[in-house]
Amino acid sequence: MTVTDLACARGPAQVLAGVTFSLAPGTALILRGPNGSGKTTLLRTLAGLTPPIAGRIEMAEDAVAYAGHADGIKAQLTVAENLTFWARVFGTGDIGPALAGFDLAALAERRAGDMSAGQRRRLSLARLLVTGRPVWCLDEPTVSLDTANVSRFAAAVTAHLAAGGSAIIATHIDLGLSAAQSLDITPFTAKRLPDTDPFGADFEGAAP
Amino acid sequence: MIAILNRDLALAFRAGGGFGLGLAFFLIFATLVPLGIGPDTGQLSGIAAGTLWLGALLACLLSLDRLFQLDWEDGTLDLIATAPVPLEGVVLMKALAHWLTTGLPLVLLAPVLGILLNLPGAAMPWLLASLAIGTPALSAIGAFGAALTVGLKRGGLLLSLLVLPLYVPTLIFGALAVTRAVTGQDALSPLLYTAGITLGALALLPFAAAAALRVNLR
Repeated sequence: MTVTDLACARGPAQVLAGVTFSLAPGTALILRGPNGSGKTTLLRTLAGLTPPIAGRIEMAEDAVAYAGHADGIKAQLTVAENLTFWARVFGTGDIGPALAGFDLAALAERRAGDMSAGQRRRLSLARLLVTGRPVWCLDEPTVSLDTANVSRFAAAVTAHLAAGGSAIIATHIDLGLSAAQSLDITPFTAKRLPDTDPFGADFEGAAP
Repeated sequence: MIAILNRDLALAFRAGGGFGLGLAFFLIFATLVPLGIGPDTGQLSGIAAGTLWLGALLACLLSLDRLFQLDWEDGTLDLIATAPVPLEGVVLMKALAHWLTTGLPLVLLAPVLGILLNLPGAAMPWLLASLAIGTPALSAIGAFGAALTVGLKRGGLLLSLLVLPLYVPTLIFGALAVTRAVTGQDALSPLLYTAGITLGALALLPFAAAAALRVNLR
């Protein structure tokens, strides 16, 4: 996957410009940057939710599994029902490995609405395993996870990388991934409105 | 896409899913009308068709704002948009689930309320047919309105303002078919117009709704 000169916008405002990186199968990219620097915007653009303003994203079609801030879990359904739904949407079969990977087997018949925030987050991450997609785009995946589950998550990412997948993770903590490079997006942050002001050029030209 | 239909149906029947809300509203609406108009049976049978159609339309509207809003709030819509299913198909499935849980029960309840409003027996099959043919259009048009207003705070009110004018043709021809059957005139042509509107809505609006969703997800 190669990203060249990507410019992303959130609403009317351009947030990032000139983002360039490449990601080989089996490696992970950790996005770093202060709050509001555009990590979420970049991930949403990579996932295809927001069209880029400029630049190119070269990768296979339908390769990205996205996990954002919201868990995307239906409170009225059980853990197993939630995962089965996503497995059927993505056309993959077995939810067993996903349940085992995040230690959810004992909770399989629990209603998602009755779970704690950390348990819901684990269910949301387990969804990644049933998508069968090679590129994971994860936005702050470790929020509300305890230490044991952070290492469980890191193990899941490591296994995913070992199987030839790749991951782009926006996070503030150290996951201890060996095959990870780090990308600080602060230099690409471009806080300005797009050039839609019809008089902007005139004023710039008139300036002494 | 069948998975989406199944999930929506399961959610509708679980606690807090809102199944029965539209049905109860329809029942109360049709019960209140004779109380307001008075017990004159001749007058009631004259307005029965319009009343039942209006009640069905408003009952449909009640559950529309939940159609995409709940999925948008908990992040499911983001995930569905990145899943390997076309968003147009998702809209169609969600509209179908809405019809199965709201429109179809209304159709089945309508003859009972028709008796309550003194609708002549000869018009009963036409009432059933016009509602069965017309209510899918209400769900499809409503899905388009719900897609336009997803993500707006208090979007339900705006949704009503957007959707109700679009319901006008369905209401006119649907109610006209029943009224004509009551007075013994030809009811088939308004019924065919209703069918035409439904087919048109089902063919075009999923694309419009999916485009609106894509804009709202940016």
